[in-house]
Amino acid sequence: MEFVRAFIVGGLICVVGQLLIDLTKLTPARIMVIFVVAGVILGALGIYPLLVEWGGAGASIPIIGFGNVLAKGVIEDVDKKGLLGAFSGGVRSGAVGIAAAVFFGYIMAVVSKPKTKNKT
Amino acid sequence: MEQKRTKEEYKKWSQQQAPRTPKARNLIMAFFVGGIICTIGQLILRALLNTGMPKDDASSLTTLFMIFIGAFLTGLNVYDDIGRVGGAGAAIPVTGFANSIVSPAMEYKKEGYVMGVGARMFLIAGPVLVYGIISSIVVGIIYYLVTR
Repeated sequence: MEFVRAFIVGGLICVVGQLLIDLTKLTPARIMVIFVVAGVILGALGIYPLLVEWGGAGASIPIIGFGNVLAKGVIEDVDKKGLLGAFSGGVRSGAVGIAAAVFFGYIMAVVSKPKTKNKT
Repeated sequence: MEQKRTKEEYKKWSQQQAPRTPKARNLIMAFFVGGIICTIGQLILRALLNTGMPKDDASSLTTLFMIFIGAFLTGLNVYDDIGRVGGAGAAIPVTGFANSIVSPAMEYKKEGYVMGVGARMFLIAGPVLVYGIISSIVVGIIYYLVTR
């Protein structure tokens, strides 16, 4: 059943994104930014963790889940270290995602060729 | 005056003629593509949890695998096709975040490995990180002030 829940939650989050694309003139890049910030806010308010609890990867895989991870880290670190935690928590808890994106992104970009037709 | 009227008429006419984007279809495709990507994530997460890995680590590692898959499929020029079908369903998951890194980096490789690949990687990922990190710091400061 957890797979059905992940499918539904993940699907619905993407539907919200698609609605924003279709109904507004927002580009996908802006929507990704909006989603991350929304994830930080919903995470800080304790709403998004409930969705992760129920939807699992359906809530954590969309980019809004990355915002939630940033908020979670910040709150954990502020509890531990005070104000310094506001600066350490986000990047710490998002470290795997950021590092993996840079690392795999770089390797794949260097190794592969774009599909553009070479008009020579 | 006449010129203006014809312009308005043309605007009205062109709006009527413009192909309506099939919105219902877009939404359904976004739902299915996004849902399938997240289900794959859940499969990976479940497999990792079953090895006895702590929940937070399993979640991080799932993200890592999904980013790898997104980057890999972009490198094979497959993810763009998924994006064409799935729209936001392909862009919103973290695989789409990986795609947004690899795609421009690949495209601008001819500009070199520093200003080409190195800089263009962050065309979209940069703003996402900038606003994500800034908002998390703001949240941290507010949380600090509220809980003090």
